[in-house]
Amino acid sequence: MITFSRTDNSVLGRWWWTVDRWLLVAIAVLIAIGTVLTLAASPAVANRIGLASFHFVQRQIVFLVPALLIMIGTSLLDPVGIRRVAAITFLGAMAGVCLTFFVGMEVKGAHRWISFGGLSVQPSEFVKPAFAVVSAWLFAEWRKGTGFPGWAISTGLCAMVVGLLLLQPDVGMAAVVSVVWLAQFFIAGLPIVLVLALGALGLAGIFGAYLIFPHVASRIDKFLDPANKENYQIERAMEAFASGGIWGRGPGDGAVKNVLPDAHTDFIFAVAGEEFGLLACLFIVGVFAFIVLRCFSRLMTENNLFVLLAAAGLTTQFGLQAVVNIGVNLHLLPTKGMTLPFISYGGSSLLALAFAMGMLLALTRWRPENGVVR
Amino acid sequence: MALFRRQPKPKPPCTPADIPGAPTMVRLEGAAKQALEVSRGRLVIGIGLFSLAFLLVAGRLVELTVLRGATEPVIARGIDSELVAKTSLMERQPIVDRNGNILATNLKIASLYADPRKVLNAQHAATQLAQVLPELSAGEIQAKLNSEKSFVWLKRGLTPREQYEVNRLGIPGLYFHSEQRRVYPQGPLAVHVLGYTDIDGKGISGIEQYFDEQLRDPSRTGDPLELSIDIRVQHIVRDEIAKAVEFFNAIGGGGIVLDIHTGEVLSLVSLPDFDPAAPGTATKESLFNRITLGVYEMGSTMKTLNTAMALDYGTVKLSSGYDASHPIQISRFRIRDDHPKNRWLSVPEIFMYSSNIGSAKMAVDVGPERQREFMMRMGMLTKPTIELPEVGAPLVPRNWKTVETMTISFGHGLSVTPLQLATATAAIINGGVLHPPTLIKRPPGLPAPGRQVIRREVSDIMRKLMLLVVEDGTGKKAGVDGYLVGGKTGSSEKVNDRGGYNRKANFNTFVAGFPMHNPRYIVQVMIDEPKGNKSTFGFATAGWTAAPAAGRIISRIAPLLGVPPVDENSPAIRQAMYVPYVQTQEKKLASQ
Repeated sequence: MITFSRTDNSVLGRWWWTVDRWLLVAIAVLIAIGTVLTLAASPAVANRIGLASFHFVQRQIVFLVPALLIMIGTSLLDPVGIRRVAAITFLGAMAGVCLTFFVGMEVKGAHRWISFGGLSVQPSEFVKPAFAVVSAWLFAEWRKGTGFPGWAISTGLCAMVVGLLLLQPDVGMAAVVSVVWLAQFFIAGLPIVLVLALGALGLAGIFGAYLIFPHVASRIDKFLDPANKENYQIERAMEAFASGGIWGRGPGDGAVKNVLPDAHTDFIFAVAGEEFGLLACLFIVGVFAFIVLRCFSRLMTENNLFVLLAAAGLTTQFGLQAVVNIGVNLHLLPTKGMTLPFISYGGSSLLALAFAMGMLLALTRWRPENGVVR
Repeated sequence: MALFRRQPKPKPPCTPADIPGAPTMVRLEGAAKQALEVSRGRLVIGIGLFSLAFLLVAGRLVELTVLRGATEPVIARGIDSELVAKTSLMERQPIVDRNGNILATNLKIASLYADPRKVLNAQHAATQLAQVLPELSAGEIQAKLNSEKSFVWLKRGLTPREQYEVNRLGIPGLYFHSEQRRVYPQGPLAVHVLGYTDIDGKGISGIEQYFDEQLRDPSRTGDPLELSIDIRVQHIVRDEIAKAVEFFNAIGGGGIVLDIHTGEVLSLVSLPDFDPAAPGTATKESLFNRITLGVYEMGSTMKTLNTAMALDYGTVKLSSGYDASHPIQISRFRIRDDHPKNRWLSVPEIFMYSSNIGSAKMAVDVGPERQREFMMRMGMLTKPTIELPEVGAPLVPRNWKTVETMTISFGHGLSVTPLQLATATAAIINGGVLHPPTLIKRPPGLPAPGRQVIRREVSDIMRKLMLLVVEDGTGKKAGVDGYLVGGKTGSSEKVNDRGGYNRKANFNTFVAGFPMHNPRYIVQVMIDEPKGNKSTFGFATAGWTAAPAAGRIISRIAPLLGVPPVDENSPAIRQAMYVPYVQTQEKKLASQ
């Protein structure tokens, strides 16, 4: 570990002494767990689809290096820098999303990906955190009471983003973006009457998605019908947890990874449950809870509304993704293609996640206006 | 809980709000401050919601892993879905005897398969496997492991020890598939009733085949199929018949115990038999069910039917009789008596001395038409109904004339399954009701299906006549003190390859009922081609071979079946069972 003197006034030195080191450690722990679980789950999947056993492991590790660089690099910025980077990223990523309709590759009926050389990127992954920061800025300006219509601009942007995502179609991503935006709006001080109205609108949105998108409808139907035996992945996941028990069957001794198509991505938590058992799963849930709740509680002392809203948005996004993924694995929620942050395999989405966490780290850094270092 | 504690808001050292005379700044700062307060308040709600979500997830984890974790996974290893579908069909209803003893059930076993692509060194693996599974050859295993497939069976149904040994080798690419195997804890004991299943759990003979669909019915797999068989009786019958077959150096044998009031088969034995666990090693002979599939000329045991027929049609009375002093010559047959008395014989005497001449004359007075009708009524001319796929059809003469009437009267010229004889004899002694035989336990208390085939009075007479056979006639060796055994012997010569009769090859039958004053069970014993020995003075007839076996069976099963012994010499019983018109004196003198 690099050590820094308290008096080190360099960029890195200042960073080390002001960054939330507990958050940093928690993220490192997640990355370590993710590597172990990718080692456990992905060879079975790779073998099944005819790739080299360690294909996914190698790719995950290869992506970790730029991801870490992006995360640390972003976290070196101050709030104003974050705002700028987020705004530029938002514009670039939105352009990318528009591009997917023209040059995008079609995967499973959706236009979500564009290819850069050998690397395929999902621009909407970057829209997600960037938009959270941009709308935090707009909300904060609105709340300054200068008459700046930040909420209206933010609402317009949100409608545009969600509209584009639904066109791809990427209902899951659109839902995450809307929920995070709503959470920010709520924290920013949305009047309670409107909170209830928007809540109703959200429900209407879910119902609308149910009516409009057949694949959403079938997933919800499957979830609601307890007698439905069609839901193969969920059934196998339930068996995995049951067979894992408290201590798990032991690393490599799980069976669910042999039959689940998404064992290394959406259902990696089930693999953890089977091979490492209840205690390991509780530990993983604990780390996610620690990150989310620590960030929220640190924001209680935040004096900069923009920082508060942006960090709350990024934390909500991170926590939401974790809760939804684990909820699906545990059959608490209908199947929804959402990865478990830092643990699921996912090349380019890891970069977007690193960017988001880098911004969160930057925003939760201690700054003189927030008083003493804790 | 430090995470949740709301920190006291640190006071900024110096803010514009503290500076008087800056109204715009104060207003702005005031709005911003108020906004911050609102946001912080709402952050608490966010914290609350996330805490709830994580607690919910943790609770669900405990529920799924610990509270529901007691069951084993349905699939222990990743395997193709076709195999899974097959496995689910292995679920099969257990089979129990009438007292609930398990006759067939399912056992979870491991089967060994390999993914040859993952086996590193096929030759080494094959050599090691052949050492722990000696019935497999190393060459065959190696050939399988060298194939391009991703799935090859190596051995189905390993014992736990074999599974342990294979596991201990630690060869990569070998896997166990957990499946169900049908097991028969009683071994060969009731194999001709139960039949067996193939390796995939499909019934391919006996009850297993007859009820295959029902046994596979998923809604039934919990409760067992209850048979009428009493496994204790089955054991005794098989034991005694096996002893007799060995003692008389016979080629086979068989036995039936029938509840005469319900038609329930308590025991069905056909020897030789085989182990249902290894049907592949069974000979053709041992797979053959002599009781329900084999048809035989039942010999003199058919005289029970013949006598009942004549009494039922009223062509004879108990006091009637026929001259049996000369053999009958009809076309190419010469009908003689095996135990010739060379005199006029009464109806009871014809039966107890098993006179062919008397029986033939009795049948001729009934006539071919009525004899045929009677045999039809007694179920002797159609396939018997029993819950087995192995059922033989009787061989009925195409021309049923006087000659056939005569030979059928003493059990030649009409071949039936031993089961048919037992069923008909049961009707003759139970008051005249023919109950179709069944291997399924009848619900107690409900009347068994059946139809009246002879008059009750005829049945009463027939019981006395059958008792007479054991007390004073050809079946003395079947007598058991206290159980009033009645019966009839039958020793038929088997048809040889040239179509003639083979004097050396007998099919011996003894059909017994007990206790004759209040009959409850038929015990029928067949010995196929017994050879006489010193103890029988060279005789190989039913009275010497099958009758003693039937007697021993009755002496062992009667107490088990709750039949109370009686004093057979008590005046009440002697009077009830008295048969007139019998001269036993000369017989007694002759034997002295």
